[in-house]
This record gives sequence, structure tokens and C-alpha cells, in this order.
Amino acid sequence: MSTQLPQDITTQIDKFLAKFPDDQRQSAVISSLFVVQNNNGGWLSTELMDAVADYIGMPKIAVYEVASFYSLFDLEEVGKHKIYLCTNIACMLRGSKSIAQYLQSKLNIKFNETTADGKVTLKSAECLGACGGAPMLQLDDQYHENLTFERIDALLEELD
Amino acid sequence: MEINKVCYRALHVPNSWTLDAYQSIGGYKVWRKILQEKTDPNKIIEQLKESGLRGRGGAGFPTATKWTFIKRDMPGQKYVVCNSDEGEPGTFKDRDIMRYNPHQLLEGIAIAGYVMGASVAYNYIRGEYREPIARMEAALAEANAARLLGKDILGSGFDMHIHNVEGAGAYICGEETALLDSLEGKKGLPRFKPPFPAAHGVYGKPTTVNNTETLASVPVILETGKYGNYKIFSVSGHVNKPGNYEVPLGITFRELLDLAGGMLDGKKLKAVIPGGSSAPVLPAEQIMDMPMDFDSLAKAGTMLGSGAVIVLNEDTCMVELLARISDFYMEESCGQCTPCREGTGWMARILHRILHGEGSKEDIDKLDSIASGIMGHTICALGDAAAMPVQSFIKHFRQEFVAKI
Repeated sequence: MSTQLPQDITTQIDKFLAKFPDDQRQSAVISSLFVVQNNNGGWLSTELMDAVADYIGMPKIAVYEVASFYSLFDLEEVGKHKIYLCTNIACMLRGSKSIAQYLQSKLNIKFNETTADGKVTLKSAECLGACGGAPMLQLDDQYHENLTFERIDALLEELD
Repeated sequence: MEINKVCYRALHVPNSWTLDAYQSIGGYKVWRKILQEKTDPNKIIEQLKESGLRGRGGAGFPTATKWTFIKRDMPGQKYVVCNSDEGEPGTFKDRDIMRYNPHQLLEGIAIAGYVMGASVAYNYIRGEYREPIARMEAALAEANAARLLGKDILGSGFDMHIHNVEGAGAYICGEETALLDSLEGKKGLPRFKPPFPAAHGVYGKPTTVNNTETLASVPVILETGKYGNYKIFSVSGHVNKPGNYEVPLGITFRELLDLAGGMLDGKKLKAVIPGGSSAPVLPAEQIMDMPMDFDSLAKAGTMLGSGAVIVLNEDTCMVELLARISDFYMEESCGQCTPCREGTGWMARILHRILHGEGSKEDIDKLDSIASGIMGHTICALGDAAAMPVQSFIKHFRQEFVAKI
């Protein structure tokens, strides 16, 4: 028995599908994968990608291709929260290297690892388009700019 | 000098992203007038042409010319696509347009649709931009509810359906044909051109792809007959007030640096990357009195690009900076073309070798030759974008590379 997507998820997917011509359902795949990923603790299992393929009516391999191509999809289990620290040049010029070191030692993990308590996955990101507030990071859906060690302390403190 | 008069004209209004706020500064006035008077699209194109508006995404193609490629009376479905996949390192202007003035972008998209007879438009926004996406969605709902968009708008008989669509983290999707593939629900791989999107775009239909800033500029240009020469500069790096400054093209770098509060900690300027990380770097003495416009920068061997001005002070290690730039292009190369797929990784590995004191004398010339091997030999401009920084850093700062060996 293949995995079925819950109805509240398919309702959202239907809204995405409505944006595109009837014969172009595949256009909704990226948005659909986001919704499914968010509903699954931040990552996509093969079963869930298959379910998206079945619902949209596209080849499973085409869903895997998309999910593995784009950096915002995770195909392995992740922490409850994701931190993307921008390490591209504008942030680098404003001290992202020391922020990276601080974050890694504070969380006791390296990039692309998850804390032992499963709370945080840390990633290094390419330019996130907020260079005016460099150094910056994205914590789940939220940007945090003009980072300092104190700011990092406060952010981690507030995490549930 | 007037600043923030076009895409950022709403910045001073409280809750500038709402319909009420936008209409209080004259928003949707142009759109209503066009619908009411059923303005001849050629007249709109003529006005844009006079304004001199050139594409703000990086290539600087004249907007009016692009808009003539798709004729209004051509049969079949046509599309307008707004490229809000802002990803060129150093660029953060479109994010603020969408956060603070989303309605003006919608108005610009609608006008483009009217001119080219496209009843459907997609605004493709990078997936990380959750706040801009939310603002665009809210603005779209407001505009639809006010019947400024949708079916038979304000009884004009004209339809314009705009949809916001999200990307999911891929720099390459800022390339217009990769964006179209992504919009079709595929991996973002650039397509061979020709055919160009105007002939064969999304779903194989005639499509015009414009940058966010370009489209958001249109209502103000049509209303005032001015400001076609205004451009947003995203200033970052070693300055006191990094940020977006919408100013006339041709302002000197010195003036722009003043606006951005001057050099951080009073350090000396070493160099500037004037148009996003793909643009060739210019040393301080060459950029200081340079007019910041398309032609002057091109003449100096670099480019205005997206208007992302990255300021570097005297303490910047050019080898380290270039290594990081090269990592980026290696990471973001889509892998279709061998010179780019292999060359970006090769250059990054050599640069890290040099950075860690393990480079050899031949490495510097090898870098140059790999870059020349990529340049012009790939489907899209990412290859060139990876090559240009390498060539220019070596050209202007060769001694720093030599010193590491």
C-alpha cells in the first residue's frame, strides 16, 4: 500500500495546481514538496516523494530529480530547526567566519550536522540576498541580520 | 540628488506594502488609466523607449525592445514572467521591492501583460524569501479582491492573472531559461538559445522574462516620464551604511560610497566588485571617479550587472575572497556543460591550494587558462560568471597570488 498524502496537504497542493494550466500539473511540484517537507519534520522520505508523484501524476524519478537538485529540500532526517548561515563574500567580509566558528562550537557540531538532541541542523548557505545586514543567517523561515555573538546566544536561547 | 524615487518611492509610507498605502502615493493610477483609455500598447512601448529603461537583472537589455518581441495580437496563450530569483552574490534589491512595495511590482507586471497581450503572469521568487513571498501573496490577494487584477478588470474586458511561484534554492534559476524549466517543475537547467523565450518560453509559449526591478520601475516611468535612468545599487562589504540606494545611473563611485557612509573604520579602499560577484573587480584607483553606468563600467572592462557593489578594504585577502567566489560557482554549476562543471571545481581546488601555501608557480597561469577555456564555451552565462572574477583578480592582484606561493 503506497503512502497517501493527508487531506489538509492535498488541499494546499490543489491551490498550487490551480495556478497552472490543467496539463501542466508538474509545475506545482516545488511548492508541493515544501508543504510535504514542512509537514514531515523538515525532510522528504522516498515514500513521501512517491506520494507527491502519484498525486500530481508525474514520474517518481522526476520528483526525485527536483528534490535532489534544489538546496532547500532535505532527503535525510534533520533537526527540528534548520540554521542556514550565509558564508558567501558579502557576509564573509563582515565576519561570517567568526560567526561560523562560534555557532559550530556553541552547537558542538560542524556544518551539515545535527545536534545530539535533534534540535538544530546547521548548514552553510550561499548568498541569501540580505548583504546589507551581513553577517546574516536564516533560522527556519526567518532572516536574522547584523549578527553578533550575543545575538546568536539570544537566538539559540529562544529555540524551543 | 533625488534618491529612492522609483521602486522605493513607498519606503517612507507606514505599512507601505498595503493597497491603501500604495494608492495613497498614486499607486495603480497608471494601470487604471491604461484600462480606461485602452491605451495603445505601442504608445507605452514608445514611452519606455524614450525613458531608456534597460533590464535590471544584469544583462541591461533595452526593455522597450524586449516588449516588441511579442505582439499583442499574436494568437494563443502568452506569458509574462517576473524573475525574482535574486541570487547574484551581493544583490539584495528585489527583496526590498517585494517587502516594501509589492503592489508596484504587480502593477508593472500587469502593464507588461497588457502590452504583450499576456493574460497570465508568474512571479518566480527564490524559495528562501519567505517574507517577500508572504508580502507578495498578501498584495496579490488585495489586488484581486479590489478587482485591479483578475478577470475583466474594472470592466475593461482585459484579464490579468498573476501568480507567485517559489523556487527552492538554486542560483542557476536566475538564468531565464533555467527559471522557465524550474517553473515547469523540473531541475533548473539552462536551455539553448535560440529559440529565445519570446518564441518558445514557458510551456513552449511566447514568454517575456523581466527582472523585478525592471517591472517595478514601469509604473513610475509611465506616470512621470522620468526615472528611466534610475537604478538601485546594493552596497555591501566594508562600508559604514551598507544598504540599497536608488540613484541616477552615472553617479560616481565616490558619491555612492558617500551615500553608504564611507569606508568602515576609516580604512582605505582597496577594490570594488561593481556588479555582483560575477563582475570583474576594479582596483580603488580605477573605480573612485568612475561613473556607475552600463557603458562606463563596460568600457573599464567590468559590468554594472545587477548593481551589487561590493566594497573591499585594504585588509582584504584577494586570494581568500576569490577562493570563496570560486566555491560558489562550483556549487551552483548545473553540470550540463563540461567546461563549467569541471572548470569551476578545478579552479576552486587550485585556489584553495594556493591559499594554503601549497600552490606552484604554474598554478596562476593555469587558472587563467582554465578560465579562458570556460569563457564563451557554455550554454549559459554561469561559465563566464565563474571565469571573469578569476581573470580579473589575477590581472589586478597577481602579486598577492604570487606571494602565497
